Amino acid sequence: MPDRQKSFPKVPESKIVVKKRMRISLVWVIPVVAAVAGIWIAVTHILGRGPEITIMFKSADGLETRKTKVNYNGLDIGVLSTVRLSEDHKSMIATARLSPNAKDLLVKDTKFWVVRPRISGLNISGLSTLISGSYIGMQLGQSDERETSFVALETPPLTGDVPGRIFTLKTSELGSLDAGVPVFFRQLQAGQIVSYELDKGGEFLNIKIFVRAPYDQYVTPDTRFWQASGIDVSLTASGIHVKTESLMSILAGGVAFETPEESHLMPPAAAETAFNLFNDRTEAFKPPICNPHTYLLVFKQSVRGLTVGAPVEFYGITIGEVTKITPELDVKTMEGSVNVTICLDPKRYGVKFMDVPANEDPVAAHRKMNETLVSRGLRVQLNTGNLLTGSLLVSLVFTPDAPPVVLDWSQDPLQLPTVPDKLDSIEDSVAKLLKNLNQTVVGARGTIASADKLLDSANQLIEPNSVMSSELNNMIQQGSGAARALRILADYLERHPEALIRGKTGE
Amino acid sequence: MSTSNPTAMQEGLQSCEACGLLSRPAPGAEEGRCPRCDEELVFRKKASLERTVAYLIAAAICYVPANLLPVMTTITSSGRESDTIMQGVVLLWSPTGWPLSLIVLFASIMIPSAKIVGLLYLVISVKRGSIRNNPQRIRLYRTIDIIGRWSMVDVFVDTFTVALIQLQPLMSVEPGPGLFFFAAVVVFTMMAVESFDPRLIWDSESSTETGKEVQHA
Repeated sequence: MPDRQKSFPKVPESKIVVKKRMRISLVWVIPVVAAVAGIWIAVTHILGRGPEITIMFKSADGLETRKTKVNYNGLDIGVLSTVRLSEDHKSMIATARLSPNAKDLLVKDTKFWVVRPRISGLNISGLSTLISGSYIGMQLGQSDERETSFVALETPPLTGDVPGRIFTLKTSELGSLDAGVPVFFRQLQAGQIVSYELDKGGEFLNIKIFVRAPYDQYVTPDTRFWQASGIDVSLTASGIHVKTESLMSILAGGVAFETPEESHLMPPAAAETAFNLFNDRTEAFKPPICNPHTYLLVFKQSVRGLTVGAPVEFYGITIGEVTKITPELDVKTMEGSVNVTICLDPKRYGVKFMDVPANEDPVAAHRKMNETLVSRGLRVQLNTGNLLTGSLLVSLVFTPDAPPVVLDWSQDPLQLPTVPDKLDSIEDSVAKLLKNLNQTVVGARGTIASADKLLDSANQLIEPNSVMSSELNNMIQQGSGAARALRILADYLERHPEALIRGKTGE
Repeated sequence: MSTSNPTAMQEGLQSCEACGLLSRPAPGAEEGRCPRCDEELVFRKKASLERTVAYLIAAAICYVPANLLPVMTTITSSGRESDTIMQGVVLLWSPTGWPLSLIVLFASIMIPSAKIVGLLYLVISVKRGSIRNNPQRIRLYRTIDIIGRWSMVDVFVDTFTVALIQLQPLMSVEPGPGLFFFAAVVVFTMMAVESFDPRLIWDSESSTETGKEVQHA
């Protein structure tokens, strides 16, 4: 300070105090805190950033940058960051940033698709997206390989994460079936059709169905699948059958499956096993081969109402069906007859029948069984299955009093003896009954005449001018006279009690 | 600036910042109290430039997350939507809404950054003892002082929105982390303006005139 020293030369200089300068002002804490907070935010942001994935879509419809979420089982795990056109201009490449804990979900076969409102057949899905906008659905894959770029599915996977198995059904025509159509087991929805495609040869269709657990364990190699589409109305010997799996299947069709009882114990079929798809349940359960259980029946009566496919019953249980009906006219004897070929399903004879000793010759056993049965009176007859429709069925009956028959084994198929139709005997009985009724009515008429007479005589007896009534009148009058005399006597005795001893005094 | 006005400090006088009374410090004491209003008297604000710089740095640091982090999260039935200030500007930008968009752009993005840059320029120019454009510089300082507080409007609007829009099942608004940083930017710049002593602008002028160095504490 040269100026001041010049102006005041006499003034002594003050002592110089070396001030302890605050090395760092306390105010610097503030930017440090701000920096720490900023760095902390940045670090957590970078550490909290999950994996980035790219998904290829056919169309970017409904995809919005920074808005469209990636949703896994209802939880938002990420958001779309960019959508751009691919180099070949054919697809859209969307980049999505997922949350860090979604890292393990990104494996090779993880599936992505856009959830939009969808209404197809029975499936109405994604309705919530009407309000919230589309989102990207995600299904976890099984693979262990990590992957960050995916190709989106066009339609959401139908099987979901539900455990179960996929089977293939072969059919010649699709009918009303479509992807998403339900598969029924005992009228429970057990799965659905996943997809269908034409076989390479173009001869039939391969329908992939998904049967979810636990229903998939009921699918054995012997399981029958049939179209349960719509309503199945059948007019058979046992009446009109209206059969449907569910209201849903009436509208949209369906596939049903059932396992024959005898093959319940079979191990479950492996996944991707191919089955035939039958048109209906009856067809599905038709015995595949009839031989050697084919029999010939010769009826010497009308078989009106008997059709091919009519059931053969044993004790009321269907064990087979009619396969052929041919008329026969013997020119020599001029006798007409009908040859009916029936086919029996040995599996339906019962469990014990199947226990044929292994060492025995099956043909011999078969022959022996038939001989025994016929000798015990097994006969075949036609029965009316349904009085309304007049349809007939063939039934095996035991008639012990039937005349013995010798089986002709030279014939193939074996001819089984028949007995007349049950309806004939019913007609006889009814005729007899009517006759009896007639006689009874005649007898009743005589009885009514006698009763008439009886009533007449009774009438005569009680008429007002009849003898009986006048006599009755007389009797009553005399009775009252007697009573009067008795009263006079009593009066007199009261006044003259001595009269009892002395008698009436002559007054 | 050929004519230099004498400053109170040069004459050994202190002016009270509260009531404006000019007083002479008691002998032997550099600092005292105003005889009229008992306000603490200093020649110049203590560590003015250092504190200003510290606040400016803090504000600049906070400015980054304030603009990168969402200031508001709108939760509607369609999901959560977080918006940063810049996204809000873009959202408001429409043929009819562009003035509003510009207001937000200026009040929330331009002004805070302009404040930081402007104050930094003042601090550096004072530190370098520059004497050029002194009237412009003091005008810049006053503008910063007046305009700075209006940035707080953004914070107020945000808090009002958060408080008012709580239609729970339909939609609600939550403050985002960016809002806290934005508020910090505004507060720190205001504090920086407060700690800057505009008299320092003239000090260098008079010191260069008189050829002496003004010691900044």
